[in-house]
Amino acid sequence: MRPEHWLYTIPLRLRSLFRWVQADQELDDELRDHLERKTEEYVAKGMAPEKARRRARLDLGGVEKVKEECRDARRVNWIEDFLQDLYFGLRILRKYPGFTVVAVLTLALGIGANTAIFQLLDSVRLRGMPVPNPQGLVEVRVANGNGGMGINVGDNPQMTNPLWEQLRDHQTALSGIFAWGTDTFSLGNGANARNVHGLWVSGGLFPVLGIAPAYGRLLGYQDDQHGCGASVAVISYGLWQGEFGGLDSAIGSSVTVQDHSFQIVGVTPPGFWGLEVGRTFDVALPICSLETIQSVNASFHRRDVWWLTVMGRLKGGWTLDRASAYLSGISRGLLDATVPVGYQSSTLEKYLNFRMAAYPAGNGMSGLRQRFDTPLSILLCITGLVLLIACANLANLMLARANARQREMATRLALGASRGRLIQQLLSESLLLILSGTVLGVALARWLAQSILRLVSTEGNVVQLDLSLDWRVLAFTAAGATLTCVLFGLVPAFRSSQADPGDAVKVAGRGLTAGRDRFSFQRFLVLSQVAISLILVTSALLFVRSFRNLMAFNPGFREQDILLVQADFRRLLPRPLKPLQRDLLDEIRVVPQVASAAMSTHVPLDGSSWTLGFNLDDVRGSSKFTWVSTQYLETMQIPVLSGRDFTDRDTESSPRVALVNQTFVRDYCGERNPIGRTITTAAEPHYPAASYEIVGVVRDTKYAALREPIPPQVFGAAQQYPTEGPWGPIFIRSSAPMPTIIATVKDRLGRTYPAMKLEFQVFQTQIRERLVIERLMAALSGFFGVLAGGLAIIGLYGVMSYIVTQRRNEIGIRVALGAKRGQIISMVMLEAGALVLIGAVIGASLSLAAGRGAESLLFGLSSSDPLTLTLAIVLLAACGAVASFLPAHRASNTDPMVALRYE
Amino acid sequence: MSKPSDLVQGTLDMLLLKILALEPKNGFAVSQRLKQVSGDVLQVSDGSLYPALHKLEQEGWITAEWKTSENGRRAKYYSLTRLGRRQLEREADNWGRLSSAISRVIKLKQA
Repeated sequence: MRPEHWLYTIPLRLRSLFRWVQADQELDDELRDHLERKTEEYVAKGMAPEKARRRARLDLGGVEKVKEECRDARRVNWIEDFLQDLYFGLRILRKYPGFTVVAVLTLALGIGANTAIFQLLDSVRLRGMPVPNPQGLVEVRVANGNGGMGINVGDNPQMTNPLWEQLRDHQTALSGIFAWGTDTFSLGNGANARNVHGLWVSGGLFPVLGIAPAYGRLLGYQDDQHGCGASVAVISYGLWQGEFGGLDSAIGSSVTVQDHSFQIVGVTPPGFWGLEVGRTFDVALPICSLETIQSVNASFHRRDVWWLTVMGRLKGGWTLDRASAYLSGISRGLLDATVPVGYQSSTLEKYLNFRMAAYPAGNGMSGLRQRFDTPLSILLCITGLVLLIACANLANLMLARANARQREMATRLALGASRGRLIQQLLSESLLLILSGTVLGVALARWLAQSILRLVSTEGNVVQLDLSLDWRVLAFTAAGATLTCVLFGLVPAFRSSQADPGDAVKVAGRGLTAGRDRFSFQRFLVLSQVAISLILVTSALLFVRSFRNLMAFNPGFREQDILLVQADFRRLLPRPLKPLQRDLLDEIRVVPQVASAAMSTHVPLDGSSWTLGFNLDDVRGSSKFTWVSTQYLETMQIPVLSGRDFTDRDTESSPRVALVNQTFVRDYCGERNPIGRTITTAAEPHYPAASYEIVGVVRDTKYAALREPIPPQVFGAAQQYPTEGPWGPIFIRSSAPMPTIIATVKDRLGRTYPAMKLEFQVFQTQIRERLVIERLMAALSGFFGVLAGGLAIIGLYGVMSYIVTQRRNEIGIRVALGAKRGQIISMVMLEAGALVLIGAVIGASLSLAAGRGAESLLFGLSSSDPLTLTLAIVLLAACGAVASFLPAHRASNTDPMVALRYE
Repeated sequence: MSKPSDLVQGTLDMLLLKILALEPKNGFAVSQRLKQVSGDVLQVSDGSLYPALHKLEQEGWITAEWKTSENGRRAKYYSLTRLGRRQLEREADNWGRLSSAISRVIKLKQA
């Protein structure tokens, strides 16, 4: 066809496309007009009008057929057919609203759940950092870590500040290098002060990352010079909008951070959430300011506080290996210049033997990723399986309906539709379902992902992830939808198109033997559904039981009825801490509802850890060290097994004493009685070596995490701490309701120490919040397990119903021949039972095989726990029995006359 | 009357175009005219006529208009378009060549 011809026909074709309803009417008129004229002609020739009319019709052939051919001739292309299919599909779906609603909801749930989990996984694992060219970034740190030496704060403590400064000043492998560390800042004055997420940055961070400010300017090299004091700060976009209303006047204004005044010079762009996946920051300060203001976590001068992460870009042409070799070479020089004072020689030796190396850093540091990778992957598998079950259900539904529409299909085939056309139309119906299911599913996914994030966030640790839809998630959803379409649209479509046109003429198929092979696909579907749902129910039970084990686990102390108080004493300085401690505790203990109160340097089960090396006679070891005040054991209800507790007589001037736990005794004392023996701690910077006499043994308690084995622990008296301090949270035991006791203590301490800031937490809530992953897995796997079980049961019910209906004649004959009701029921239920049994066996073996992947997430039971598996099988079998009883009952009520008469 | 010859594939289009080239007509009239002009030799079955007309319209060679005819009835009148005229010329050329070639072969005398 010549080009201009083609162009000319486009408007025609478009017109034909959009006016095909009108065109249809016109065709009708045209043919009617023709028939009239033809009839007239015959009448004019002398035929009787009736005969003439009939003759005219015969001449034309079938009117519908001609119309169809005309339409074919006008066919624009497959678009018109497609639209017609869609339109027809919509009508069909509207005709069976029950089916449509169930199908769309099932799809939405399956696709939505999968998309939500994938969104989270994508965000946590696959998204790079929100900076230009993240792939070129490398991280510099000590190879194999610093072995827990010194004090490590933050999620990724890799360097001390002195070490960082040495590295920065002497390295030549990276074209740009920077350091950063996270912290909590108090923002605002006095009573209005609140805690925000803080970021310490070196001068090179923003320039090397290539981030452009949203407003104003960002920190640069000139802002991070020694002695800068409290000068400039940069705020995040979120803070700018939230606190400052997004006003221009915010830039240049001053803001109080950690009781010092800083000038805001700029705002980071909205996409920049920091360098740690799952965290955000609100205020960024240059590291040099740390010298002036105090921080709990970070330290400017101390060579034993590890809190910085160091990253940069390699010079052109440098590879990771080359850079690592270079860094390793200069390490000794850097370490020599920053040797911490106060360690014993073996520790120093270890320090000087550290070697630095370069590692890829494009994906952002993430404790979040490490913690959530496995659970999210497992959840993705779970939701994938749920989707499979949902598809199988839908396939069964479609098959059943297709069989019901056999006569319609046969009629259409007789009217001249091609098989391909039928398949096309059936596929379009499936497509409509999937489209609506997908759209609904994407909306559901958004909500589900946000709910999961809320579930996973705790007070102190709000998890924020960028959940915007990106092409990967969309591609995933599209793939899921297409797979579903293929799975449950095609098979019924093929089957339907094989309908015999002759069936349209026959009144009804008698199907005495009801083609056993016709059911085999549906049976197979139900089998797989049962198998998959068994896996899911088992996993749900495993996670729920695991979670309950964790919740019920006795950590060795009594966690209920304890209130934690974090007291910020910095404004009260300078003042000796030990008397302050004593006085503070005395104040609290006076309150009548307080049963006991104590201070400790360690909050059990919060994940932190404090290890010291020591000598016991000639044995060298290391143990956890915790400094506690008097009444600590009483408050935590940890029994003293032998010897005594600390008393008020253990003061700064009296001989140093210590308590040890059972594990310590087992590991280091052997058969000898520990009481009376002396421990000498190894020297560390700020902790000179000291000797302690063991005066008591306490029962074992969990230390940092429920899952970790109990370590050896030594308790020292807070009043006998070797240097100034210690300071830690205060534990209050009280049987009064928490709000009351909080108010009373706040009031009391507010009167005596008005400048002290107090933060209250319920201890048990804090512990529970740490179980966040287990809680997530239990909740979600439980939900999906129930869902899967429900879907499988519905599927079983559907198929059994359908089979019963199709075998109506056979059952009728049996009843006529004298079969009792019970026999019919058992016949049907046995068949269902066989399906469930086989499915369960397959599911059980798959479950055992796949369970190993989840082993690490379980607590107190293994993935092949027989009780759980049995429970799951019994549950499923029971539900299956109920589901198959109903159709069985219906079958047994078959009136043989009705059944045989059914034509 | 001898059985009307089956029209060679593709020539129907050309014939319809030619009839419409003379003057706009409705479908019924076109088939009548064809029959008349060819002396009843060429007859289009009603069942093939309309699909063919619709196809010609789809291709843009003829265009249709609903008009009220002599006796007050509404009918669809087809007429040839400019493109159609060109197509007709082309097809007539082809037909001329084809038919003379066939004639040459048929008129071969036995050697």
